[in-house]
Amino acid sequence: MTDQTYSKTELMICVAARLFEDGTTAFIGTGIPMLAAMLATKTIAPNLVPVFEFGGLGAILEELPRAVGEARTFHRGLVAAGICELMETAQRGFIDYGFLGGAQIDPYGNLNSITIGEHDHPKARLPGSGGGNDVGSQCWRTVAIMQHDKRRFVPKVDFLTTPGYLSGEGAREKAGLPKGTRPINVVSTLALMDYDDGPGGSYRMRLAATHPGVTVQEVIDNTGFELVIPENVPVNDAPSAEELRVLREEIDPDRYYI
Amino acid sequence: MEILESGIGEMIQPPDIEGFREWNRTQKTRKLVDKRMSEQDAISTFVYDGCYIGTELYGTVRCPMSVSRELVRQGKKDLRVCGQGVLELDLWMAAGLVKKLDITYIGLEVYGTSNALRRAVESGQITTCVEWSNASISWRMKATAMGVPFLPARSMLGTDMIKYSSAKVVEDPFNGLKVCLLPALILDVAIIHVHRADRYGNSQIEGITGFAAEMARAAKRLIISAEEIVPTDDIRKYPDRTIIPYYLVDAVVHAPFGSHPGEMAYVYGRDEPVIREWVESSKTAEGATAYLDKYVYGVANHQEYMKLIGDERLSKLVEEREKRV
Repeated sequence: MTDQTYSKTELMICVAARLFEDGTTAFIGTGIPMLAAMLATKTIAPNLVPVFEFGGLGAILEELPRAVGEARTFHRGLVAAGICELMETAQRGFIDYGFLGGAQIDPYGNLNSITIGEHDHPKARLPGSGGGNDVGSQCWRTVAIMQHDKRRFVPKVDFLTTPGYLSGEGAREKAGLPKGTRPINVVSTLALMDYDDGPGGSYRMRLAATHPGVTVQEVIDNTGFELVIPENVPVNDAPSAEELRVLREEIDPDRYYI
Repeated sequence: MEILESGIGEMIQPPDIEGFREWNRTQKTRKLVDKRMSEQDAISTFVYDGCYIGTELYGTVRCPMSVSRELVRQGKKDLRVCGQGVLELDLWMAAGLVKKLDITYIGLEVYGTSNALRRAVESGQITTCVEWSNASISWRMKATAMGVPFLPARSMLGTDMIKYSSAKVVEDPFNGLKVCLLPALILDVAIIHVHRADRYGNSQIEGITGFAAEMARAAKRLIISAEEIVPTDDIRKYPDRTIIPYYLVDAVVHAPFGSHPGEMAYVYGRDEPVIREWVESSKTAEGATAYLDKYVYGVANHQEYMKLIGDERLSKLVEEREKRV
């Protein structure tokens, strides 16, 4: 624990960063996933190979990319190719992880980034799938990073943009999605979630650990559907002084996000 | 082949691959012809009301911003657009020029959603949004680039993306897997910004190539804007770097700082204050109009635009460029 104060966003980024696995390939979506990836490379995963959809692979993340195509996504990189090459690399099974954001998520980890309300007459038109659908379809394991509230954690997404478990066990394979690909975690401003996807499981989202200072009840109250709650819910470590220093001084000194 | 699922999204541009071959046979010269022209001439000659058009890469990165601004000045309207856009399509939408979208992502990245998109779609000004993922739209262009009518892919399956696109799901006749069939996308016009081109259109790009190779090969007319126009001998020195060969190209526009306020890898960085000015201005329709008045309608051409930005500022962006280390 640390006696430093930190924001919910900083905490979410730190918990997400700890999910990166050293020596793996990971598709990084725009925004918060970039900060988490950068923090990971500066802490637990120095040999992470970040992949950015418009062509950058294996960049040294010295400065925060503000766009998935900017030069920082291939700064001292191993590859500067194009979108087809990297998306096809994912389709061939070479990309281990995908880290994504979204506007809504449902109990099966399906994400929405297209419209709030009905598609043809939306209440709000969101940016669109971008590479989100591809990442959620093609990467072996997908992690969603989201603000946690009832408007975002909904029983049914308004537009199923990026596949999680779709409707449950076996649904991805039945739909034709690559066998063995799956959502594994959701990191929110309140907690870390995984899925009840063991033998006989419901394949619904499950509370894995709360953030420090957050009660299980608070997580339940801020989720618009029934979460699977295990008997024992551990608490995530608070951001360390070093994680916060790196995040504030090296990653986002201009405070785009934190 | 049995069709298992069919998108209800409009086929905004029907993929006539035989027609495209015929076009390439009869309308595209194989001769080395000087294609240099002004941005005004490129837009007035090749872009027309109602055409199906796309740009590459996108707003803040190696984007044909100078040519995009000229399109707004000439008010080419009822555009059918594939995007993939950050600032460039925002300008078109704010000017009321876009009617239909094969949309993948239109937003402001680090700065969030696009208010220009929201206003245009939520008001009904844009009548049609057909949904695609980034890979899907690129593979649609790749199909055209390959000269085939569609490509199978393993994206979009199991989601609402299929329903609101014009893709189809079939069973792979060889292995029985369900696959998504993406129709070839043939653009009437494409605009691509590159690092260097010769007068004939042979083009080279530094850094990531986005979907330039695919889009260039999927368009009936191709406008290239280039930071530098180089002698053909320079192209011949590094022919391995030619990503877009001359015979695909119809117009070559010399556009130094053509991607401003976006960046150009190894040449100049992005102009954050001007990008932020759009982010702030575009929050309201009036603000967006004021921005267009200042940066688009208020200047006659790209030379005047660069004067408005000023040498001092442009030099600073050069200083802030990504450097080869």
